[in-house]
Amino acid sequence: MSDETGRGIGHDSGRDTLHDLVVVGAGLAGLAAAVTAAGFGLRVAVLDANARAGGQYHRHRVDRPPAWAPLARLHTVEHLAEHRVWAVERGDDHFTAHAVAGERDGVAVTVRGRRLLLATGAYDRQLPFPGWDLPGVFTAGGAQALLKGNGVAPGRRAVVAGTGPFLLPVAVGLADAGVRVLAVVEASRPTPRAVALAPHSPARVVEAAGYAAALARRRIPYYTGRAVIAAHADGGALGSVTVARLDADWWVRPGTERELACDTLAVGYGFTPHLELAGQLGCASTPDGFVAVDTRQATDLPGLYAAGESTGIGGAQLSEVEGELAAYAIAGRTPPKALPRRRARLTRFAVGLRALYPIRSAWPSWSDEDTLICRCEEVPRGRIADAARHGADDVRSIKLLTRAGMGWCQGRMCAEATACVLSDVLGRPIAAPAPTRPIAVPIRLGDLAQGAS
Amino acid sequence: MTDETDPAPLDRSGDAGFHLTVDGRRIPVEPGQTVGAAMLAAGIRSWRTTRFAGKPRGLFCGIGVCFDCLVTVDGTPSLRACLVTARPDDEVTTT
Ligand SMILES: Cc1cc2nc3c(=O)[nH]c(=O)nc-3n(C[C@H](O)[C@H](O)[C@H](O)COP(=O)(O)OP(=O)(O)OC[C@H]3O[C@@H](n4cnc5c(N)ncnc54)[C@H](O)[C@@H]3O)c2cc1C
Ligand code: FES
Repeated sequence: MSDETGRGIGHDSGRDTLHDLVVVGAGLAGLAAAVTAAGFGLRVAVLDANARAGGQYHRHRVDRPPAWAPLARLHTVEHLAEHRVWAVERGDDHFTAHAVAGERDGVAVTVRGRRLLLATGAYDRQLPFPGWDLPGVFTAGGAQALLKGNGVAPGRRAVVAGTGPFLLPVAVGLADAGVRVLAVVEASRPTPRAVALAPHSPARVVEAAGYAAALARRRIPYYTGRAVIAAHADGGALGSVTVARLDADWWVRPGTERELACDTLAVGYGFTPHLELAGQLGCASTPDGFVAVDTRQATDLPGLYAAGESTGIGGAQLSEVEGELAAYAIAGRTPPKALPRRRARLTRFAVGLRALYPIRSAWPSWSDEDTLICRCEEVPRGRIADAARHGADDVRSIKLLTRAGMGWCQGRMCAEATACVLSDVLGRPIAAPAPTRPIAVPIRLGDLAQGAS
Repeated sequence: MTDETDPAPLDRSGDAGFHLTVDGRRIPVEPGQTVGAAMLAAGIRSWRTTRFAGKPRGLFCGIGVCFDCLVTVDGTPSLRACLVTARPDDEVTTT
């Protein structure tokens, strides 16, 4: 547990206390919800795996909290930092969250609440390509987390690649930390016309324009319709990347490959929601794989709410509004009319924006037989293709035959990619399995044993 | 085993810093940094080799999702370097 909260290791928030609301995730959505609910007089506990509240967007260095109102009101809730929630259960009239407190010495903690809000956010989606496992290749969010949370730049000469508007703040952040950013390589082609057609809020357009200017000022070229299709080693770590032009389906246009020498690649193809806890409780999901919620941020299970990017990738502002709305619903209050209107506007914008940065089908053609799909168990593409040719026709069978997705990360990094490689071989769409992992966060056996006692 | 290059640029402001050791080598840490961030700032870009192919790994996702960054800290194995906040005189060992 963090020193900042001033509580001792082994503190058990739960056995005697029944909170009105337990929130998993102290990011934009979770913390906005928590302090809003506390403002209505509810007794709230917020658990987060991170040492500091703020989630991904408000990740900050110790003693340098950003000016964000909910952070200033952190003392109005019980903030349980460095609490990894690995299981949630639904009882007759309450929910129980099982957590491991402390990153080093893991102490079992249970927290109970009459309502539960899942605000677990998302992580970078990866599309494997040759060399993506080299040291020096980082997820775009990981590069951002190093900068924001630690004040550490991941290298000296960087390429930022993938798809989506998030690449822009990452490139600007790296440049401002003294990194030479050679290029932002955007696989999609968000033409000015397409951007103009997307439903948008003025604030976001100004923000996008601001980033365009910021890139220009720092002389960072922004290439669209191109991708990093391979990373190459120089003495055991990243030495260069191959950038190539893509056609509309993301096939490489032959002859357009160009090599750029760099020690750092920050790459991300949008975000994937953290759904494990929702999966444990069995609440309904949307067709595109997010937690399904109504206008009150309520799931189909009584007392269970969800907000933020686990309910759809919509950016920072939307996550925060969703959190506030959830708090109103949980406290049984009617939100001011402006709030749902703001959510509707931001949701329209998010949907429009997502449509500009779709993942196209031909990316598996960038990889070869030896390209790792599963990093943990070191399963190359060729072995997955072999298993498919021998009759494995879903991600589960592939996992049993090849061990892809069986390692430490439990398939978080590779489940979607495995499904894509499989559909590539079989020539028909294969869905990535919904996460029904019994344990949301890998924990040590000793911690488990302690939790059982 | 670690693989090192020139240190990445780092803001060395503030004097509350301390040190930890990586396989016996002292490296500087600023308060609040993770073990992994401090190692990267010291130019250590990989510190683990994979079980089968023996490939080097260091930080990748930076937020505790990928498990590439595992280290042993003060004798506790399999900790994610990107999540563990460094403490003075931590003894980090790599494989
Ligand atoms: C690494 C990363 C960096 C990003 N940086 C930026 C940025 O700088 N700017 C930007 O505009 N967007 C950024 N994004 C996009 C970002 O996800 C959203 O804009 C925004 O942070 C979403 O807010 P949220 O509240 O939904 O989720 P988050 O901010 O992701 O908050 C979710 C919180 O839940 C916690 N959590 C999840 N599962 C558990 C569990 N089982 N137990 C305990 N705690 C748990 C996480 O530790 C996290 O703090 C980033 C995304 C990632 C993955
Ligand atoms: S870098 Fe991914 S878990 Fe630490």
